Order: sequence, then C-alpha cells, then structure tokens
Amino acid sequence: MTEGSGPTVLLIDDEPPIRRLLRTALAAHDYRLIEAATGEDGLQQAATRQPDLIIVDLGLPDIDGLQVIRRLREWTATPIIVLSARGQERDKIDALEAGADDYVSKPFGVGELVARLRAAWRRATRGNSPDEPVFTVGALKVDQAHRRVFVGDREIHLTPIEYRLVTTLVRHAGKVVTHDQLLKEVWGPPYVGQSHYVRVYMAQLRRKLEENAARPRYLLTEPGVGYRLAAE
Amino acid sequence: MEDRRRDPEALLARAKEEEARKHGGKLKVFFGAAPGVGKTYAMLEAAREQRAAGLDLLVGIVETHGRAETEALLQGLEILPPRAVEYRGATLRELDLDAALARRPAIILVDELAHTNAPGGRHAKRWQDVVELLDAGVDVYTTVNVQHLESLNDVVAQVTGVVVRETVPDSVLEMADEVEVIDLPVEDLRQRLKEGKVYVPEQAAEAARNFFREGNLIALRELALRHTAERVDAQMRRYRREHAIEATWPVAERIMVCVSPSPFANDLVRAGRRLATRLGAPWVAAYVETGASTRLSAEARARVVDALRLAESLGAETVTLSGPKMSDEILAYARERNVSQIVIGKPARPLWKRLLFGSIVDALVRGSGDIDIHIISGEPGAQPSKPSRFRPRAPDATAYALAVAAVAIATGLAWVMLPHFELANIVMIYLLSVVAVSTRTGRGPAALASILSVAAFDFFFVPPRFTFAVTDSQYLVTFAVMLIVALVVSGLTVSIRTQAESARQRERRTSALYEMSRELASTRGITELMGVALRHLVAVFGGRMALLLPNATGRLEPRASLLAPFHMDPNDVAVSQWAYEHGQPAGMGTDNLPGAQMLFIPLLASRGIVGVLGMRLGDPHLFDAPDQWHLLETFANQIALAAERGLLAEEAQAAQVSVESERLRNTLLSSVSHDLRTPLAAITGGTSTLLDPTARLDESGRRELLQTMHEEADRLDRLVHNLLEMTRLESGSVQVHREWHALEEPVGAALHRVGARLRARPITTQVPPDLPLVAMDPVLIEQVLINLLDNALKYTPEGSPIEISAFLANMGSLAAGPPCEVVVEVADRGPGLAPGDEQRVFEKFYRSPTVPARGSGLGLSICRGVMEAHGGRIEAANRPGGGAVFRFTLPAKETAPTVELSND
Repeated sequence: MTEGSGPTVLLIDDEPPIRRLLRTALAAHDYRLIEAATGEDGLQQAATRQPDLIIVDLGLPDIDGLQVIRRLREWTATPIIVLSARGQERDKIDALEAGADDYVSKPFGVGELVARLRAAWRRATRGNSPDEPVFTVGALKVDQAHRRVFVGDREIHLTPIEYRLVTTLVRHAGKVVTHDQLLKEVWGPPYVGQSHYVRVYMAQLRRKLEENAARPRYLLTEPGVGYRLAAE
Repeated sequence: MEDRRRDPEALLARAKEEEARKHGGKLKVFFGAAPGVGKTYAMLEAAREQRAAGLDLLVGIVETHGRAETEALLQGLEILPPRAVEYRGATLRELDLDAALARRPAIILVDELAHTNAPGGRHAKRWQDVVELLDAGVDVYTTVNVQHLESLNDVVAQVTGVVVRETVPDSVLEMADEVEVIDLPVEDLRQRLKEGKVYVPEQAAEAARNFFREGNLIALRELALRHTAERVDAQMRRYRREHAIEATWPVAERIMVCVSPSPFANDLVRAGRRLATRLGAPWVAAYVETGASTRLSAEARARVVDALRLAESLGAETVTLSGPKMSDEILAYARERNVSQIVIGKPARPLWKRLLFGSIVDALVRGSGDIDIHIISGEPGAQPSKPSRFRPRAPDATAYALAVAAVAIATGLAWVMLPHFELANIVMIYLLSVVAVSTRTGRGPAALASILSVAAFDFFFVPPRFTFAVTDSQYLVTFAVMLIVALVVSGLTVSIRTQAESARQRERRTSALYEMSRELASTRGITELMGVALRHLVAVFGGRMALLLPNATGRLEPRASLLAPFHMDPNDVAVSQWAYEHGQPAGMGTDNLPGAQMLFIPLLASRGIVGVLGMRLGDPHLFDAPDQWHLLETFANQIALAAERGLLAEEAQAAQVSVESERLRNTLLSSVSHDLRTPLAAITGGTSTLLDPTARLDESGRRELLQTMHEEADRLDRLVHNLLEMTRLESGSVQVHREWHALEEPVGAALHRVGARLRARPITTQVPPDLPLVAMDPVLIEQVLINLLDNALKYTPEGSPIEISAFLANMGSLAAGPPCEVVVEVADRGPGLAPGDEQRVFEKFYRSPTVPARGSGLGLSICRGVMEAHGGRIEAANRPGGGAVFRFTLPAKETAPTVELSND
C-alpha cells in the first residue's frame, strides 16, 4: 500500500504502466493505492480491504469490467470510476447503468481523474447527511431550501420541470448523468427512451443559465452519453 | 543452289509436339503380333531393370493369365491394388486410376492398352486412362497387339476372320516415345501355346483352332513388323526434316476421304488413313449432305457420324459439306484445300441406275483433273440400307388426303374443260395438280397423286369413259409418259424443297451464331456476357444450361444459368471439373465419363480453358450429327473468346484497383510513420533529458520540456484516434446513431474538448436559439467540429480568431416552405486555401503543398466521410476579407418531434 493520509483507492487494471503511473500520481495527491491486475483479484481486494473508491478498467483479461461493476454493486455502494477508451459511448452508458458513478476516457490527464475521484468522494461522504441546501458553482447558485436559482445576483425563473432537472443534476454534481437517468428521475419511467425531451429542456435551461449556450460553463454535454453539471 | 533451310511448318509442328511432351510423361509400348509373344514378360523385365536402377515404379495393372514365369517377375514390385467392379455378377479387376494419380510414381505399368473398362469408370477405354496418366507426368509402360490398332482393324478382320472389338486409336501409339517390338517366330509361338504358356490348357485348344492358325499368325506378324517399319520410316523422315537433310521436297500431299452412309464407311476411313500415313500427308474426311441425305434412315446417319468420329480419332480433319450435287461439292472443296488424292468407295448402285442417273465416281473422275482418285471396294454383299422415304418429316394422313383432294379438284376442273379442250390439255391439268401436291407434301403423297392422276384420267376422260378399259392403244404411251413425267417432276420438286429447307436451317444456325457474336461483342462484364451466351445457346439447342467458371481456388462454379436454380449433383460437378482440367468434352454422349447425366464442353480460348459449358439436354441424341456437334463447338469457341475477354477486363480492373490501394497504403505508411515518429521523438527526447542526472535544468526549462511532451502526447492521441476513425469509416463499421439533437451541444462539447489549445484564440459562436433539433449522431458531429477546429488551429497564425456559426438554409426557392438544411460554418482569418484546394483538402492524405505539412491529411477526409454517412455535404472556400471557411450541411427535411414546453 502506498503511503498517504487521504482516502484509499482500489485500482483494478491489468496494464502495469497505468498502475505505475497512478501509483505515483495518486500518492502525490495523498491517496493510498491498492492494486489488482485481474477482475477476480479486484473483487477479492474490494471485499477484504474495504477501499473508499474503486477505479475499474473495462478491458480486463479475466472477466468483463461490466461484470466486475455488477458484482461489486451487489454488496457495496463504494463509488466506482470507469476507465474506458474514447469512442466507446455505448460501453460508457452500459457501465453507468451497471452502477458505475463516472468514467474517464483514456488517454486521460491525472488532473481530470483526480477531479472525478474528489467529486465522487464528496458525494459519498455527504451520503448520510441531508443535502446541502445551497449548491454553488461559479456564478450559479441553487437554493434548494427556498427553491430559487440565481446566476450572479439575478434570480432566474424556472418552470417546475426545469427546476427538477437542475436539482437532479445538482444531486449528481460533477458526475455524468445519462439521458435515461434524467428522464426517469425528472419525467418518470414511462419517458425512458424519449431523449429529445431532455434535449429540448436542456437547451431551454442553457439559455436561461448560461452566458453562451454554445459554450456552456455549467451544463456540460457528454456527446452520446448524457450531461454533467460542472462541480468546480 | 539448294535451299537447306528447314521447313518452318514442320519445325512448328515438332515444337508443339515437344511442348506437349515436356508436360507429360513418356510412353513406352511393348508391341506384339499376337497374344503370347511375351509382351507382358518383356515389360516386367524392363520394369525390374528400372526398379534396380532405383526408379519409383508401380505396377498399375498386369494380366498374368496365370503364367507362372510372368508371375515370378511380379515378385518384389509394388503393386497397386486393383479397383474391384461388380458387373453382371462378376467381379472385374480394373486399374484404379485415381489411386495411381494420387500415388504418382515415376513409372507405372498398365498392361493391355486396348482393354475396355467396366461401365462406371471414368473412361470407357483403358488407353484413355493411360493418356490421363501421361498428362499427369507419369511415365507409362504398356502392351498392345497389332490387331488392336484402329487403322489395321479391318485388315486384321479380313485376314483372320475375327473382328476385334477393342481398338486403340493410332494416335495413342504415335504418342509413344519408344515402341519395342516383341517378336517371336510363328512356330515358337505355337509351341508356347501347346505348352500352355499362353492360355490355361482348356482355353488353349480352342484358341489354337481359331485365332492361332499358322496363316493368321504369319499375317499378323507381318502386319506388326510392317507397322513398326513404317513408324521407323516416319521417325527417319522426321529426323531428316529436322536436320534439313532432304535434298528435294515432295509435292505437298493432302488426302481427302469421302465418307458415305455405306456400311463400309469405316473401312474407307481406315484405308484413307493408311494412305495418308504412308505419304506422311494430312488428311480430311468429308461428308456431303445433299437433299437426298436428309431422308437417310437413322441407321445410315449413325454410320456417317461413326465414320467421321473414327476419322477424327485417327487424326483426320472432318468436314461436312452441303450442296445439291455431291461430286461438285467434293471437287470444289478439294481444290480449295489443295487436295492431291481423293479416296472414295466403289459405287454400290446397280448398273442401270448408274446409266440412268450417272454415278458420283464417274462425275468425280471426269472433273478431277490432276487430282488422283482412289476407288476402294467395300465388302461384297453388304448393301446400303434403303433410304427411308419418310424423313425428315413423315407426312401424315392429311398430306395423303391433300393428294387425293388435289386429284379430285383437277378432275372437277377437267370435267368443266372437257367440252372445250383437247385431252392433251387435260393431262396438263393433272400434271399441275401433281406439282402442287409435291410443293406442299413429301415424296409419298406426290407419288400417290401421280398414280391417281393417271388412273383418274383414264377412268373419267379416256374413251370409253367411266371404265379403266382403253380402246386406243396409243393412250398407253400417254399413260406411261404421264406417269414418268409426274414422278420425275414431283421428285425434283420435293428434292428442291428439302434442299431449300436444309439451306434455311443452315442459314438459321449461321444467323443465330452471328446474332450471338454481335451481341457478345457489344456486351461488357463477364456476368452479362455469360447471360447473353446462355440465352442464345438455349434458343438454338434447347435444354437447360449453365456456364461454369473457375473461382479463385480453381473449382468451377456456375456464373450464369437460365431457369435458375440449376442443380448439379456431386457426380455432375466431378465430371465438369474433369472436363475443365483435361480440356475435353465429357459426360453424356462423349467418350469421357459417358455415364453422366449432363454434357460438359470445355471453353477453350487463346490462353487456355476459361470454363465449362454444362448442358442438360432435352434430346440425348441432339449432338450425334456431326454438323450439330460442330455448330455447338463453334458456339463454344465464340463464348470462350467472349468469356476470356470478360475475364481479362475483370483482371485489368482488379489490377488497377490493387495499384490504387497499393498507392494509398504507401502514402498511409509514409505519412503515418512520419506523424507517429515526430511526437514520439519529442517525448522520448524530453523524458531522456529529464532522466539524465548530468543535465542541469532549471525549473522553467523542466516545465518547458514537460509542456512540449504533454502537447506532443496530445497530438499523438489525436492522430491515433483519427486513424482508428478513418479505418472504421472505411470498413463500414461506423454506425450512425441518428437522434434529434440541438446543434449547440456538439459545438459546446467540441469547444470543451479542444479546450486549452483554444486559449489564445478569440472564439465566437453564433447558434440561433430557434434552430430546430437536427437528426444526427452527436459523437460523429462533435468529431467533425473538433477536426475542423484542429485544422483551423494548425493552419492559422496564433491569436487569429475562429468563428463557429450555424443557420437554417432554404434550398432552392425562397418561397415559404419547410427548411431543408442546417448549415454549420467554421471560419478563420488565416492565409486561406490555395487555388484548386477547395476539393482536394478533403482527400485522404492530401496536404497542401503551399504550407508546411503538419497534419496527417486524415482529419478533413474523416469529416467528409461522416458527412456522407449523414447524407450531408462538406465544402471549403475562401472568405471575402481573407481566411477560409469550412461549411457542412445537415439535411433537416423531416421535422423534429415536438415537445410541449409546459409553463406551469
């Protein structure tokens, strides 16, 4: 185990160069690292070592990464971050639906990975305490206690659906939320698959909250996967 | 001065022969005068010598006839297990050709060349097996007796009184590289027979009485020796010709044999062949079709076909001529081909007929000029069968009714005329009716009309009327002349008509051939060509057909068939393959694999066999007639040439495609290797500097290096991504997931992804809020935008602005209508495009020659690929005021699904 005082991370990846890189890079950000080269080993380590966060590579030599996520989700709620190649949007959606919290596309910058880990860790530790009543990122402020949304000092009027959309994204702040997930949480399960609803309302929302809808600051698009509310 | 140059034609023929021999194995024949002279023994002795010399030798099949000394010689030789064939309750031992071919020894022993194979084998005759073995490059030792030689068959039959059924074409023996005569004096042979060395005792006695009479044996021995001497003579001549020894050249001889339907047509052919061999001259067997020959009995026609086939197998060129007069056609053809000697059978017509109608031989002799005529006699007593009267079309009852009716009408007409005309004119009316009948029907009804006319004339008009009695004996002359004139006129009319009909038939065939050639010439593409060919073939011959062409592995497969699906069972497939590999017709009605249900004709073109024509005939005897067969061959030749042309075109195209893809591959390799190595070099250089303990770097130097490495790694990532994307696009594995999207989303995502590299650039985006949703694959469109931004970053100076805008365009008229396209533009203020680059920038690996190459030349071609997959367009242009604009359009013909925005 690498020394560090922060949360413990289990890395399940068969590529030694990636493990070597993350060993150094995560230690530099005060994470403690446990390594597993196969899916089976990873599952066992997760059970015995009880890590705070798990990173899973989708292409593992023994069992499919998706399978690893599903089996982990049978007994633990530990945040899972997926490593996958760019261009495999379907795999990302599958991983998110299997219970992964977020993903990072290879090749990735360590900064990006650490940001995801941090966001996931924050969501996890906040878990039992009630939602913070006020969410703030940049000039955007969402006051859930009073159901009010501000950009800077200006209060923005939102329709009930738009408001539900914003609060759903706030609940998953920093994490990608798939179209189906949004449809289910905002409109209800019958709307799953009707992703143009989300798109129209997101466009609407961007026009109200963003300075330039074509270059959003808060409501980020993950093409082919879903949306992410910037957390920092 | 003497011209000592070698005859070029002879040299050419010799070269061809040598060529043929180079491929094949060598044939050694042990040739004897009669059974029992020791051919098999001599062959086995020779084999043992070769075996001792270490050659790979296999005994294919050897008949020992229970002779102990022969069996002893077999000891220690490798013997191929014979193929056991059940035939009529007996088990026959046959040469296992396939096993022999698979085993492929250096030398194989195959006894009894003239043997006829049991039904069910690949070939009807053993000599065909031997030819196939030779073709496969295996040397063959074999034995044959003189009486089995095709050309001597009739002579042997005359001498011995025994007709030998099993014959070997002379051409097979001529193929032999070596012929060893196994000679044994007649007395010794008879002695051996007595001692039971030839046949087992019970057979020996009978054999001695029949075949082994002393006279027979002497004659056979002489034949064998003479044949061998002739062969030696031919070898000698060949040697002299090759070495230009001959001082003077004999006048070129060419023999023509006139085949007739007589039963001894085969003897005539053999006689012609002997003459040709002696003279070393080429020979032609000709058959003349006249009007009369269309009425030949089926038997007589079969004899003609037989004789022509025999001639062909004896090495003659065969030809079928047609015309009204046999002698004229023969002489015209003979002159045309420079024939020096004509062989014809002795006329079989009775003397009176010859005196009355003349004989062909007389006509030939009269018109022959300097051509020699040989008249060969047939066997006495053999009569040509009478031509059947009812061919080719047997007139039915209506034709006879017509004849009766015509005479009745003539009688009616004459009745009306009688008071005003002489009786002589009444005769003319009857003659007219006979002519009318003969122009419409055959010989029978015409003859009936002739006789009825005479009878009616007598009965109704010759006094005393209404009786057949005649008072004036002068009328007898009238009746006789009237009958003769009626018969002759009707005979001539019918024969002119059949002549005309056969000419029409020929004309139809010729024009069918012409039609096909013309259509083939104007058709492109192998499949189309074959379709045209089949259509014409079926129109002419009927039945069902398929054209089989070899695939890449050399197996035939149907390329075109009418009345699909064309079913071939495994046996048919094997036969077709055989025909393809051996270049010979095979299957039904041929000498090769005659048991098959189909007929296969190889398509022979200038470069070899291009394929096989498979036919399932409606009429199995369709090609028994040589002219039909020749016609089929002509068709096959035309088709072969057309197929070759089509295949060559296909090959040329494939070659062009492969050159093109080769070029692309080379460009890819050079471009990729350069583009991959540059960033790798930067990264490796940077890391090695950082790792070098002796390198003194301050903090800003380290940062500089790390920054470079980071950027280069990014570049490498983009390149690899583009390469993968290009490969996926080209392999067609990219699926376009089109859904309704707001265009601002991929724009925002692309800007986010390019991110840091845009920091120094003023970016403006103009995406109108009322732009409808567009059906697109957001991931691919994001990629297009990233590549366009990349391109702008690469080719424009630092700090210059980049503008992204989108708008709705109404294609066509400005009249109010549904919007049709969404246009997206990425514009810069860089140097713009070089003239002529507007299209080329989207080509794979294209890099503008005017600017230093920095990209892989893939990004923009990926953009084009994506847009094509979306049914959109992409184009580039220079902007007014400087810079370039890349513009892509997405079709928006369908309207997006509406979403009611609730305001509650």
